[in-house]
Amino acid sequence: MTSLAPSASACPACVAAPAAERIAEARAVKDAGLVLSLPTAHCAVCISDVERTLSALPGVRSARVNLTLKRVSVAAAPEVTAEDLIGALKGIGYPAHELDPGLLSVTETDKAGRDLLMRLGVAGFAMMNIMLLSVAVWSGAEAATRDLFHWISAAIALPTLAFSGQPFFASAFASLKARRLGMDVPISLALILASSISLYETFAGGHHAYFDAAVSLCFFLLAGRYLDYRSRAAARSAAEELTALEVPRATRVRDGAETVVPIAELAVGDLVRVRPGGRMPVDGVVTEGTSEIDRSLLTGETLPVWAGEGSAVSAGEVNLTGPLTLRVTAAGRDTSLHRMADLVAVAESARTRYTSLADRMARAYSPVVHLMALASFSTWLYLTGDLRLAVNVAAAVLIITCPCALALAVPAVVTSASGKLFRKGFLIKDGTALERLAEVDTVVFDKTGTLTLGAPEPVDLAAYPRADLEIAAALAGASAHPLSRAISTALAEAGVVPARVADIREVPGYGVEGRHGDRMVRLGRAEWVGATPADGTATYLSTGEGAARAFGFTDRPRPGAGAAVAALKAAGKRVILLSGDTEAPVARLASDLGIEDWQAGQRPEDKAARISALTGEGARVLMVGDGLNDTAALASAHVSISPASALDAARVASDIVLLGQDLAPLADAIRIAKQARIRIKQNFALSLAYNLVAVPVALVGLATPLIAALAMSTSSVTVSLNALRLK
Amino acid sequence: MEMLAILIPVSLLLGGLGLVAFLWALKHRQYEDPEGDSHRILKKDWDDRPKP
Repeated sequence: MTSLAPSASACPACVAAPAAERIAEARAVKDAGLVLSLPTAHCAVCISDVERTLSALPGVRSARVNLTLKRVSVAAAPEVTAEDLIGALKGIGYPAHELDPGLLSVTETDKAGRDLLMRLGVAGFAMMNIMLLSVAVWSGAEAATRDLFHWISAAIALPTLAFSGQPFFASAFASLKARRLGMDVPISLALILASSISLYETFAGGHHAYFDAAVSLCFFLLAGRYLDYRSRAAARSAAEELTALEVPRATRVRDGAETVVPIAELAVGDLVRVRPGGRMPVDGVVTEGTSEIDRSLLTGETLPVWAGEGSAVSAGEVNLTGPLTLRVTAAGRDTSLHRMADLVAVAESARTRYTSLADRMARAYSPVVHLMALASFSTWLYLTGDLRLAVNVAAAVLIITCPCALALAVPAVVTSASGKLFRKGFLIKDGTALERLAEVDTVVFDKTGTLTLGAPEPVDLAAYPRADLEIAAALAGASAHPLSRAISTALAEAGVVPARVADIREVPGYGVEGRHGDRMVRLGRAEWVGATPADGTATYLSTGEGAARAFGFTDRPRPGAGAAVAALKAAGKRVILLSGDTEAPVARLASDLGIEDWQAGQRPEDKAARISALTGEGARVLMVGDGLNDTAALASAHVSISPASALDAARVASDIVLLGQDLAPLADAIRIAKQARIRIKQNFALSLAYNLVAVPVALVGLATPLIAALAMSTSSVTVSLNALRLK
Repeated sequence: MEMLAILIPVSLLLGGLGLVAFLWALKHRQYEDPEGDSHRILKKDWDDRPKP
């Protein structure tokens, strides 16, 4: 197809053109590469809204929403950044996250999935044609007609099996090489044995040929495999590709000149500059500048901490107000960020590998199948001495016992359940996460960023005099500090017009000051404006007359947090709150949400230890957390969930990612997981029941291709329908 | 029975056509976003003229 595309080069005979074209192509791919995750998109209106809004932005050439994957791909000029798009989408009410297009390109083209689908399609069409011919044979075609039909079936079936059966043959070969007996060994054996015996029978003009059974077996197994692949690919494509928050680069200051270098090149003793809004790339000591830093992702503290000359900072903290120069005390693997990651690695290796229901089933099943086929073969050979009959019976046993419904039992349920959860905003990252989620009896929450949104909001603004509010609005509007931004947004929403304040300047690390009329006004830290510090998160306003006033803040609970806690408790789960924040805000949130069991001031080790203790007592713990301080706990819990806004490390450590803002579906998710587990078990029972009926028939040598085809299709179809019953 | 000489090739041909159509759809990424496409058909955006 590419050969037909018009050449980008003006000279058709030019041999150098391909190189130029490749460069042009590379560029085209490069600026086509913005992909955003859209967790709340769900309807035709969403598609139109998002596509129209994005296309209207300058530099955007095209935008296309994929509703199945809940993402939008944007082709735009290189200067358009993901932040612009996310901002525009936020304006019309769609939260979005950036996805890494580099990693995404692997799943976008999705070669493996299309390959499986193609094999499935070929097997499907071959199956239908062969069945058509087989119906004639079953209903009594005789002699030459039957032989002709067998020959045509063979001509369709053999190439089909050679093409569509490849995934099974390859994986059976690999598992034999590793000296294991997977599910694919009996499958491949059945396919090969059935087609060769049928070919022999066709040559000999025999009555029974199993081409239809072999091809439909292949079809159903491929269907199971494709479903399995789909649910895994969907999880992989979004969970792993939410862009990392960790800064890969730092600004190094050497002899007064700034250069941007990869973090790996930093050494202890280097000077590094961190601008307001930036994340600390290394552990270090402040040598210049004053600012406030947000440590919430590392410790869970909501209150920004003052930092000046001599303060120690850790990698991962966010610099809020003023530029800071740091002397590096630890870089790369030695930073506290990496020590935390090591803690996670230890916790993960301690987590006993969970064997899924399907694996346990397969491990018990395949030896039994092989033994049974071998036993029937040798018994029939011994009893009758007829090799052809013995092989025929053994092939029938293998075909009938072949884990056709078993191969569909789990993927069909998992696909249906994870589709349901995906629509509720949950992304299953790990195949066994659903089964583990079903077993949960204790739920541990983190506070900041998990039960709360992690963004402060001013309280009781109505209690302040209008004049004060107007001054506060003016001062707060001039700063990018989160508390200031919270005040100015809240006041703007309340319709407060900022007062005229002149000479506004931000004093990094302290606050904002300016002149209102003939008085100096200040908004900032208690000691700086001359106020007595109050409890909890607050900022202070001095208007030059009277005492300074405190603006208190609260961290708003995540929508649905209360409902989720209530529903979990109603379902009989034990709910625990573990936070690194100070006692007062934790106690307030716990009583608001109705959680009796809470602990404040928890360090990361404490959280992980508490979870190990709970596990030791026999509890199956679900950990829900977002911060770096939660990662060890997330990794050591039985199953873990983190919001999409969480730090990269936390998302990697957890099994399920919550894409939306709302926590309410959490209890629902556990219910669906439980139901899915029940359906999986029912499916196993169903397919075993079919085997119990059909296997004795095959063993005594009464199985005909018709019985094999009937048993196989009815069991596969019942199993799939049962999976769809999931509510 | 002579009918078979016509019917069998015809049925095989029809099946083959279906298979070719399926492979074509697969190659042209018709299965990338089944859910989105089912919603897109309800949009009125390009009802009057084709999308450029």
